[in-house]
Amino acid sequence: MRALTWHGKHDVRVDTVDDPEIINPRDAIIKITATAICGSDLHLYDGYIPTMKAGDILGHEFMGEVVETGSKSTLQKGQKVVVPFTIACGSCYHCGKHQYSACDNGNPADNQDIGRELYGQPMSGLFGYSHMTGGYAGGQAEYVRVPFSDVGPIVVPDGIEDEKVLFLSDILPTGWMAAENAQIEPGDTVAVWGCGPVGLFAVQSAFLMGAARVIAIDHFPHRLELARKFGAEAINFEESKTYEALMEMTGGIGPDAVIDAVGLEAHGFFVDNVIDQIKASMFLGTDRTHSIRQAILACRKGGRVSMPAVYGGFVDKFPLGAFMEKGLTLKTGQTHVQHYMPGLLNAILEGKIDTTFLISHTLPLEDAPKGYKMFHDNQNEVTKVVLKPDLAVAAE
Amino acid sequence: MTSDKTLAQRDHDDAPVTTSKSADPDRTLLAEAITINRPAQELYDFWRNPQNLVGIMENIEAIEVLSDTRSRWTVKAPADGHVSWESVISDDVPGRSITWQSAPDADVANSGRIEFHEVDGRGTVVRATIAYEPPGGALGQIIAKLFQREPRIQTRRDLRRFKQLMETGEVATAARTKKQLEEEKA
Repeated sequence: MRALTWHGKHDVRVDTVDDPEIINPRDAIIKITATAICGSDLHLYDGYIPTMKAGDILGHEFMGEVVETGSKSTLQKGQKVVVPFTIACGSCYHCGKHQYSACDNGNPADNQDIGRELYGQPMSGLFGYSHMTGGYAGGQAEYVRVPFSDVGPIVVPDGIEDEKVLFLSDILPTGWMAAENAQIEPGDTVAVWGCGPVGLFAVQSAFLMGAARVIAIDHFPHRLELARKFGAEAINFEESKTYEALMEMTGGIGPDAVIDAVGLEAHGFFVDNVIDQIKASMFLGTDRTHSIRQAILACRKGGRVSMPAVYGGFVDKFPLGAFMEKGLTLKTGQTHVQHYMPGLLNAILEGKIDTTFLISHTLPLEDAPKGYKMFHDNQNEVTKVVLKPDLAVAAE
Repeated sequence: MTSDKTLAQRDHDDAPVTTSKSADPDRTLLAEAITINRPAQELYDFWRNPQNLVGIMENIEAIEVLSDTRSRWTVKAPADGHVSWESVISDDVPGRSITWQSAPDADVANSGRIEFHEVDGRGTVVRATIAYEPPGGALGQIIAKLFQREPRIQTRRDLRRFKQLMETGEVATAARTKKQLEEEKA
């Protein structure tokens, strides 16, 4: 089959590799119909993520048709499914509590050592995201092997457009969980740092959960414009002073809840603050590294901090004093995708949530390297790249 | 930190003896615990049949059952060789624990115990304790190397695979093809 493979910094290629096979009884093989490049894929592209190996197949947002099933899979051939990016067994204590991203068993035994070393306990496996999270082949390919297929994939109705449901795999549940973690009360003002897909879905979710006002903070005009379309007020941090603006806009109180949807790109994945600083001084700028600090300082006393943004290691100058003195609550974590999929699928089918607005580009899988470069180079215009294996390559 | 105290003389300390900062120079002792969301009896039954363990333990080439309490273990050794020894169950509490030790002629004297303790709402805490004595002689050195290749990490991984198999019915792997799976196991 053809698959997008990683070979090093800014070096991804579409290669021919062996087709996946059923290995374990609960597996299924999915023929990919649509897959997307995630903002977090750019961190792989930029070479920030350790434990990557040349030839690794990327992609953790994908969906497709069931073409093969193991003896204990509950899926049927021909069904259309969206696959969660978290690989969870459904049988362990954490899955029982719907804490799917904390699954004990989704990550192969040997790969759990790194997570234990870094975090105290290893987390679940993830598709297409380095060997620390399992080393599973991702879905930016023609086919993918899906373990625990009786627990993860959600069957979607026949005939529904892929674009409407594809984002159930990651970013929609992630944005929703971000808003849920903000414990929004009716009438609240919620501030969201970062208007990437997760931030934009958090804006939509916050309104659905009863927020009276949502204030979106970014520096890409096009992304701020999208946030406005959903009713958010925008702060362009390159034009205005964010803290001062928030205080004035909230009558000196500060937002009741703050959501940091920036994260990883600013801080890197399990790098210490030395590398954090080197990166910041080289090209990432300081505004981004400030998102969580700024959110904590702006948040009202006794308010809530939600952090869907991915942090991997240590963060320098975390305002622990402000956090304690103001009595804030912090909720965070990798998304428990399986928990949110059924409810969010219903919300999509009922027309309460639209996800298609996000897609700025659709390309054939063969053009995936071009998609990575576009996404990397122009984050203002390129909000989401969807890849389709069946799409014909346009003549140059 | 090392102290002159023996392992038994730790004051005001309820931590397991295996976590002591004082080492026993004559012996290596380690323990690992894991919680498995299944009944103790089921886990005990699996472990009581040594042949079941081939599928979850790394480096094990074969486990031959000699009698109800005796089995012969063969592990891979460097340069395509292998090493084997006989293991004898010295104490057996059905549903609760199994204790074994190597037969007197073993190149690496080793002993261990696996305990199964049910806890409300979470299944069973499984605790493996393993002790072995550094061997002498040239062959002993090779075997020691084999055993000391992070025995704690090895034990931890084995327990994780045990948990995966008992909780999910399979051992998790990222292999995409059967060929990759074989290469991983080789």
